[in-house]
Amino acid sequence: MSLELKNVEKKVGIDTHIHPTSLKLEKNTINVLLGSTLAGKTTLMQIMAGLDKPTSGEIWFDGKNVTGMKVQKRNCSMVYQQFINYPNYTVYENIASPLTITGVKDDEIKQRVGKVAELLKLSAMLNKKPDELSGGQQQRTALARALVKDSDLILLDEPLANLDFKLREELREELPKLFENRDCIVVYATTEPSDALMIGGNTATLLEGKVIQYGKTLDVYNKPENLISAKVFSDPPMNIAEITKSGDNCKFTDNNVQWKSSVKIKDGTYKIGIRPHNITTYKEGNNSVEINGKVQISELSGSESLIHFTNGNLNWVSLSNGTQQKNVGEDTKLYMNTDEFLYFDQNNRLVNNG
Amino acid sequence: MNKTINQKAWYFVIPVFVLVAFNAAIPLMTVVNYSFQETFGNNVFAWEGTRWFKQILLSERFHAALGRQFAFTFIILLIQIPLGIAIALTMPKKGWGVPVCLILMSMPLLIPWNVVGAMWNIFALPDIGFLGYTLNSVGFDYNFTQQPGDAWFTTILMDVWHWTSLVVLLSYAGLNSIQPAYYQAAEIDGASRWATFRYIELPKMKKVLTLAILLRFMDSFMIYTEPFVLTGGGPGNTTAFLSIDLVKMALGQFDLGPAAAMSLIYFFIVLLVCWVFYNLMMKNEAQS
Repeated sequence: MSLELKNVEKKVGIDTHIHPTSLKLEKNTINVLLGSTLAGKTTLMQIMAGLDKPTSGEIWFDGKNVTGMKVQKRNCSMVYQQFINYPNYTVYENIASPLTITGVKDDEIKQRVGKVAELLKLSAMLNKKPDELSGGQQQRTALARALVKDSDLILLDEPLANLDFKLREELREELPKLFENRDCIVVYATTEPSDALMIGGNTATLLEGKVIQYGKTLDVYNKPENLISAKVFSDPPMNIAEITKSGDNCKFTDNNVQWKSSVKIKDGTYKIGIRPHNITTYKEGNNSVEINGKVQISELSGSESLIHFTNGNLNWVSLSNGTQQKNVGEDTKLYMNTDEFLYFDQNNRLVNNG
Repeated sequence: MNKTINQKAWYFVIPVFVLVAFNAAIPLMTVVNYSFQETFGNNVFAWEGTRWFKQILLSERFHAALGRQFAFTFIILLIQIPLGIAIALTMPKKGWGVPVCLILMSMPLLIPWNVVGAMWNIFALPDIGFLGYTLNSVGFDYNFTQQPGDAWFTTILMDVWHWTSLVVLLSYAGLNSIQPAYYQAAEIDGASRWATFRYIELPKMKKVLTLAILLRFMDSFMIYTEPFVLTGGGPGNTTAFLSIDLVKMALGQFDLGPAAAMSLIYFFIVLLVCWVFYNLMMKNEAQS
């Protein structure tokens, strides 16, 4: 069982919402669609579900061409950012609704709803109506409705976005466990790189209606194919600067910071991508290099400190562990871990990929 | 800290107080005053106690008018609410059709009530009116000025034409506030069109529909101008609804006492029905 998009394209009027995309999702996998708002995540999901038809291209499911097949015949379920439940059904009736419609026997419904409700900690509120529940519980109900059906394809469209921080963390931890041992393909859309890392599985990075890269989540994170994918998969935003390399020596174009690099690439100019957590107020790794900076913004979150600073014409973002108290305007020294640098060529392709 | 006492703020309430007094309290109290007395010329009054109230409550004329009133209101609600919802459901949700439909829908609401009455009067005339003439020429014996059934039919048709738009506009607003994700969820579940309406659209429209029913109840229960111009309450008394009957009594016969008593009873009926209805709806709300 697999879901395959073959050159799927979606145009609305003169706007292209999805550029020709090919993607193959395998059975028993969780696939994260990672991209900012309007990257095309929702459109792509609606095409996968059959709620929307592609302008051109084909969708194959389980070896069959299902392009244009109605959503009712596809056995998929979807959870939305808004908490979508039937307003005058109880939680029990809501969870049971996909089964009632398809005519499953009462005994079986009772048993299946009971099981899913327990999994999602809803057993105590089966007789309540959705608007008596908290946001987290409403979304759990919607998730339960998606799970009870034994769908082949489960689509989650930013399911945690409307929840407050604590509930989000809690549900995010549970999510991967919910989909274990299920014969289905899960697609999870999110704007948050941290969501993708927590959920694992595979990730597709998206920008402006294009899939930039698809692969195992950690591979995409550690070895982004190109600069765009690296930018999409970085929060806080990645630092990018131009360098020149001659022999083993590397140097930023805009300042005098130099380091030795063992990366085997030709001499020339490159772009460097540095994730904020690789610039710290303390030395990390054996090959760190010092950089001077003037502090612009300093945010403490308790366990981490985010420091924005300038060096010459460049703005940098750094993320250190612990509370690193810095005053705005202060001159400070920071350290960059050169082992973690990502080198991109003039076409923005990653060159130190192995 | 000592509080400074400054009562000048009360002066700011005076305009509202005066306005409300003139607007509501004084006219209402005048009616109350009439309802307990016999009024003669030269401002001579005689105390009558609850006599007029008893007389009205026991009079067959009042019972008949009240019955007609309830029948009329019930029938137009029964037609306008489902019809309004049905029209709202078929209206386009985007594109150039939206403003066109909205403008067409608001038209009847913008026409003055007595114009509506006059329009329908001419429209329905059996000899020269388009409706009346057409009905007669296809074989119906239609004459709203002489046959009670035809008079009712015309009055109801007129009210439906005039006021269904209000229900349409309210329902349309209610429908438009439903997020598209609800429809998608229903589609994924494989819910039928009826199930989508019954379990998503109707519950989501509940509040605006409550409002629509309340507004339509009050308006139709107090209807005066349109039937007055159309039928004048006739033929006979068959379309003399409460307000028409009231005006006949008060101004036609100058029975100020009974008319005042009837006004108050009328007022309390409207108030009571609205209160009961509102509480029933809110009680449901609290339970769900």
